[in-house]
Parts: sequence; C-alpha cells; structure tokens
Amino acid sequence: MIENVDLSVVDWSRAQFALTAIYHWLFVPLTLGLSFILAIMETIYVRTGNEEWKRITRFWMTLFGINFAIGVATGIILEFEFGTNWSNYSWFVGDIFGAPLAVEGILAFFLESTFVAVMFFGWNKVSKKFHLVSTWLVAIGANLSALWILVANGWMQNPVGMTFNPEAARNEMVSFWAVLFNQVAVDKFLHTISSGFLLASMFVLSISCWFLLKKREALLAKRSILVAGIFGLLSSLMVAYTGDESARTIAKVQPVKFGAMEALYEGKDNAGLIAIGLLKDSDNSIGKTKEKEFIFKIEIPGLLSVLTGGNRDAYVPGIRDHVLGNQEKEILSVMEKREKGIFARNVLTDYQRADLFKDKEQVANIKEVFRSKEFNDEYFRYFGYATINSPEEVIPNVPIAFYSFHLMVILGFSFIMLFALSIHLLFKGTIEKNRWFLWIAFFALPLPYVASELGWILVEMGRQPWIIQDLMTVTKGVSNITSGSVITTFILFAVLFTVLLVSEISIMVKQIKIGPKH
Amino acid sequence: MTILITHLFLQQYWWIIVSLLASLLVFLMFVQGGQSFIFSLPENDNQKTLIVNAMGRKWEFTFTTLVTFGGAFFASFPLFYATSFGGAYWVWIAILFSFIIQAVAYEFRSKPDNILGKKTFDIFLFINGSLGPLLIGTAVATFFTGAMFTLNNENQVHWETKWYGLEALLDIRNIALGLAVLFLARVNGLLYFVNTIDDESLRKRSVKRVTWNAIPFLVSFLFFIVAILLSDGLVVDPATGIVSIEKYRYFHTFLRMPFVLIIFLIGVITVLYGIGVTIIKGGIKGIWCSGSGTVITVFALFMIAGISGNPFYPSLFDLQSSLTITNASSSQFTLKTMMFVSFMIPFILGYIWYAWKAINNTKMTEAEMNSEDHKY
Repeated sequence: MIENVDLSVVDWSRAQFALTAIYHWLFVPLTLGLSFILAIMETIYVRTGNEEWKRITRFWMTLFGINFAIGVATGIILEFEFGTNWSNYSWFVGDIFGAPLAVEGILAFFLESTFVAVMFFGWNKVSKKFHLVSTWLVAIGANLSALWILVANGWMQNPVGMTFNPEAARNEMVSFWAVLFNQVAVDKFLHTISSGFLLASMFVLSISCWFLLKKREALLAKRSILVAGIFGLLSSLMVAYTGDESARTIAKVQPVKFGAMEALYEGKDNAGLIAIGLLKDSDNSIGKTKEKEFIFKIEIPGLLSVLTGGNRDAYVPGIRDHVLGNQEKEILSVMEKREKGIFARNVLTDYQRADLFKDKEQVANIKEVFRSKEFNDEYFRYFGYATINSPEEVIPNVPIAFYSFHLMVILGFSFIMLFALSIHLLFKGTIEKNRWFLWIAFFALPLPYVASELGWILVEMGRQPWIIQDLMTVTKGVSNITSGSVITTFILFAVLFTVLLVSEISIMVKQIKIGPKH
Repeated sequence: MTILITHLFLQQYWWIIVSLLASLLVFLMFVQGGQSFIFSLPENDNQKTLIVNAMGRKWEFTFTTLVTFGGAFFASFPLFYATSFGGAYWVWIAILFSFIIQAVAYEFRSKPDNILGKKTFDIFLFINGSLGPLLIGTAVATFFTGAMFTLNNENQVHWETKWYGLEALLDIRNIALGLAVLFLARVNGLLYFVNTIDDESLRKRSVKRVTWNAIPFLVSFLFFIVAILLSDGLVVDPATGIVSIEKYRYFHTFLRMPFVLIIFLIGVITVLYGIGVTIIKGGIKGIWCSGSGTVITVFALFMIAGISGNPFYPSLFDLQSSLTITNASSSQFTLKTMMFVSFMIPFILGYIWYAWKAINNTKMTEAEMNSEDHKY
C-alpha cells in the first residue's frame, strides 16, 4: 500500500466528490420523475387527440430540457472523478465497479441521448406515435442509467459476488447476478427512483399551484395537478415502503450505520423507534452513559425490535456492541476484526514475497487460500480492518446520520399527506378556493430536494470510514496527488457549479413566469 | 469454427470495442469542430442560429460517446483508468471542464433571464470546440509517446512529475496529434454544415474554410505519424513479460500487421477524398467519406497501440510499469460478462441511425429556425 497518505488529500477529495454529487443530485431526480410525467401526459394527448394536453406536455418539456442539460454536465464529472481522485479505489474494485458503468453507458445513456433529440426536435418531423415512443424511451433510459450506477454504489455498501485476486491485488467479480441483485442495490434503486418520481411530482404540483394562485392557466394547472397528484401519491407510498425495506437491509449489512441512524449506542431488547429526537452532545467516544444521549425524544416502544427482528423481544445491537463486541450475542469487536484483517493482509504479504522469489508452489498454495470459503468468511471479509487504528474510527458521525435520517422520514410522510390532499381537493373541485393549500404546496417545492439530499448524506456519511464496507477505508482509496491540486479543482468546481446553478434557476423561473406557449 | 474464449481473446475483443468507441468519438467531435467556428463563420445572427442548432441536435451523441468510452475503459482496462486519470490529473480535469461548459451552453444560451448572457455561453462553446479536441488528441498521443508513472506491487500509481499530466504538452509529438484532431474536427464540422444546412452563403464560406483547415490537419497529422514511426517504441516479451526498447518499433509493427497498415491507408485516403470531393466538386456528402475515414484511421492507430503486443500506455520512468492489454485488463469473467452486453451495440447503432435520419430528413433552413419551438 502507498504509505504516508496526505490526509488533506483525502479530506479535499471527499469534499470534491461530495460537492459534485450534491450538485448532480439537485438535477437528476427531476429528470427521473419528470420524464415519466411527460410520457404520461403525452400518452393522454395521443390517446385523446386533445391539443391542450400537447401544450401541457410541451410546457413541462421545456423545463425538463433546462434541468436535463445541467444534470448531464455534472454527471460526467462524477464518473471521471473515480479515476482522477480515487485511483487506488478504482483499481481495487474496477473489475466489479467498472462493469455497471460500462453497461450504463452502452444500454442506458445512448437510449436516453438518442431519443431525447427526437423528443425535443421531432414534434414536426416524426409521427405522433414515434414521438410518444421516444418520450417513453427517454424515461426508461434515464431510469435505467440510475439502475446501473446504483448497482455500483450498492456494491460499495455491501460487497458481494466477488473474490480477491492476490496476483493483481484487487477484487474480481465471480457472479454478475449477485452484484446486480445485491439486496442493497435493489432497495437503493427502488427507493431512489421512487423518490425521483416524488420530487418531480412535487415540482409539477408546486408550479401548478403557483399558476392557480396567480389565476393563470387554470386548465393547465388542474390537469397537471391531476397527473402529479396521483403519480406523486403512488410514488410517496412507494418511497415509504422501499425506505422501510432499505432500513431493514442496512440493519443487516451495515449495522454501525444503522446504529448511527437511530443513535442507538446501547443494544437492547424491546428497542423503541425514535420518531423525533434531539441529541445531547453525542460524539463518537464509547462509554458515555445512555441517559445523556437525548435531550428530548418521542419513542414508539418496541417498534425497532419488531421492525428489525420480527418481535418485541428481539435484541437490537447498538454501536457499542459493534465497536467493543458482545460475546453473548456473538458480535465481534473492532479489534477482533482488526486481528483477522491483519491476518488476511499478512497472507497477501506472504503471497507477494513468494511471487518475488519465484516460489511457484507457495504462490499456488496461497492463491488457493484466497479462493477458500473459510478464509473469505473468517478473515478476508475484515481485510479493511487491518488499517483501523482505534475502535472509534468505525463510527460514522452520529448526529449527521441521525438527523438526516429522521428529517428525511418526517418529510417523506408529509409528502404522502400533501399529495393525498391535492387529489382530494381537486376531485372536490375546491382546490382553487383553498388558497392556504396552494401556498403550502408552492412553498413545499424545495422540501423533496432537501429530503433527497439528506438521503444521500445518510448513505455516504453513514458509510464512513469505509469506501468499500469492511474492505477498504477512504484513506486507502485516494489518488496519490497533491492536496494543492485537489483544492484548486474543488474551488473551480464549486464556483462553476454555483454559477451554473444560479443561471439555471434564473432561466427556469423565467420560463415558468412566461408560461406555456399559445 | 469454434472461437476459444480465452482471457487474451477477451482482452483483444475489448480493446477493439474501446478502439471503436474512440474512433466514433473522434468522428463525433465534428460537433466540437463546428463550435469552434461560432464566431468566425456566420455572417449574421440567423446563420449563427443555424450552425448552433445544427451542432446542438448532435452534441449529446458526442457527450454520451465520451462517457461510454470512459466507462468502457474503466470496466475493461481499469488499471489504465486508475493510472492515467489518477496521475495525469490536470489533463483530464481540463478535458472535463471543457465538456461541462458545453453541456449547458446549448440549452441556456438563448433563454431569457440567462444571467451570464448569450455571449458567455457562445464563448463556452468555442472553448469546448477548440480545447476539447486539442486536449483529447494530446492525451491519446501519450498512448504512443508514454507518460511519467510507476506502479508498486499492488498496482498503485505514483506520478513522477509534479505537473500531473501537463508535461505531455512539452512533447511536440503530443501537440501534433492534438492539433491534428482539432483541425480534423474543424474540417468535419464544416463538412457537416455543408451537408445539413440549406444556406448558400454559409455553404460557400464553409467550403472555403475546409481548405485552410485541411492543410494544418495534414501537416500535423503527417508530422505525428512520421515522428512515431521514427521513434523508439516499447516491446513486451510475451514469454517473460519484460518490457524493452526497440528502435522504430511502430514502423516494425505496421510491417508486421499489413492488414492494419492497409486499413490505416484506406482511412486516410477516405478522409482526403471526402475533403477533396467537397472542395473540388462542391459535393455535399463529403462528411460521410471524411467521417468514415476518420473512424477507420483512428481505429487502425488504436490497433497499433494495443493489439500489436506493444504496451498501450508506456511508462517513460519505469519500463516495467508500462500498461499492456494483458496486465491492465479486468478478469476473464468480467470481460466475458460484458461481452454479452456488447452484443447490443449493433442494435444501438441501428436505432441511433434511425433516429438520426428521422431528425435530419430535411436540411435545416432559416424558415425552420423561425418556426421551431425548441431552438438554441
């Protein structure tokens, strides 16, 4: 391994990736959801022949185009930053991680980019049906591209379907299906796309309510609310369901992250689910008394045990169990895992020495060891712990994980009510009269963005210190470049993205104010 | 006949796929070439609108091909991805910057309340159009001229200069290929205008400029080719894997692979024919000859770089760290899995062709621009 890693390179590389990801994620969910809303609206137009639906579709399509371009711009950076800033990681996992990215490019990006041109420019050039098919293909392509990058991300959270090759010093894929149907990837894909659908529905609902507040474009607004309300309600229910599934999976494969999400320091039977809580000076040190964990909390007794273990008596391990170990519950401590990780690393060193001295018999023997199930289950799965120096290092930032998770959940449930109410008022025919609702829906526009970003903050901050769960820390994955280079590019990206974001919002607001063309 | 799907077969197969993507990318950079004329070619705003929209309907293909090229390289030869991107940091960052500003420029430039102003986005298009091909050409030249890196026993890269890739600009051969790609992109951009836009004045001005861009293209391209053929190259001993220097290695490689030499010459001649037929006969289909010639030529160059047994990414600092398609590739299983995915490529090319024809079935005119709802 490259020793003496400059920690400021690690921090700035993390900051740069986080910056790019956060900006990218401001635009992608809208693309994921609005593409389907456009397809639904255009389908209604083609089936009914009603020109007003065409006008509605084209209005939202203009906004889609503005958002789409900037999403593409930020997306390319993310892909290449794996190489520029995380080159050691890229080699360690490239055999697995690269494949979904290549499939994404070949199967999804071309579909999206080819038919988006037909969607924008083809209204007067191709038949109605061809245009409609193109719009649907854009939606499918956009969401397919989300699938593959989320498969890659899911693998980082829960590495499966691979074996370590000591000769190349990297992980290699042995089962594509295990990588594709990784439970984390499946949960993540469904939760992410449904949250994109929700966000786009809120976007359409909020802007439509603004039109109603301004007493403009009433027909467009109501029809848009009809589509967005129903699509949004279904999506928000799906978000709740898939979010619950995701949390259960996290409890199994990333138990420390789960403990941080719930701020559960001490494991317990009959563990309650914290609905709302305010943490009291919680930090990463272990040994603090549990009474100091919360200033205030509203807890649903026993629910956490029921959700994770199936019954109220189920024991839910806390952060302390995973850090210091719990013999009774057969949970290894960090230092025990570290011993096993060091053992695995020593076997690798033995391999490298044997290879250097051309000891073919020893090389063949150690290769067999790396292929054996026992070695992988007992030792190699803790490979990354060899570089952990103190037990507390494996604890992510608890307040960030706790608050981002709980705020996201609270917002998620409020969206269900908002969409349900929008449909109720629309069908009752009183939506225009209930101006309080129009104002609430209008001001709710940024909330799905907040919830969506909080979700990613939880996922990625909660994963720390791992870049690949239990196998590699972020410190070991970084490129061997100077912090000055990364600081410079961080500033350049920050300025450029911010300028482009401001420009995008300004253009978007103007287009909304102009409204649909007559 | 049974094809044995060995690891080497898959490594060669994926080098061919990556080469094909690179070839298509260089052809599709006619979009960048066209953008580089945004200030010099049009005589008025209407003409500018025409050329911007002609390019704007195709920019996504180039962008997507670049992203897919990166993804395919990552998946099939991850050690190159880790080594070059993680080491030649500044070259790749500069390339990325030039593409970020392109992606938004088309959509934003003519929209009201655009706080940066139309001119700024036109400058973005010009920068991307000029710098993008120049830098990509320069970066690709290092496949032949090498780079300053070493790898440790866990294949982790250490870049041996503090310039992190910018030192490539000090090698005249790299600059020559960069200029060749830039001027080829400009020629192809002009040929695309001639083919797509129905505006006599713009057509005449485009044809006139083809000559003045074809000359520097030819000069820089020939300089690069001659310089490479006369340079020392690296060779890998297939038995031991040891890398050594051989005089005139690329010249010898061409002679050892006459089929590649023939397709290389066919490619170059086809590009020249496309240019010639436009200049001399005033034809409008030159882009298809020049474009296909571009694909064939670049493909042949990539074959020489990777398939020939030469390291495709030579290390100038430590010969034994040089990357070959065998030591830089993914595992046999991964390459085989992705091979099945790659069988979709003909289908993808088919729908791209169909959609392209559907949008380009009539030439672009000023009247169309005036009636178009979604225009840049």
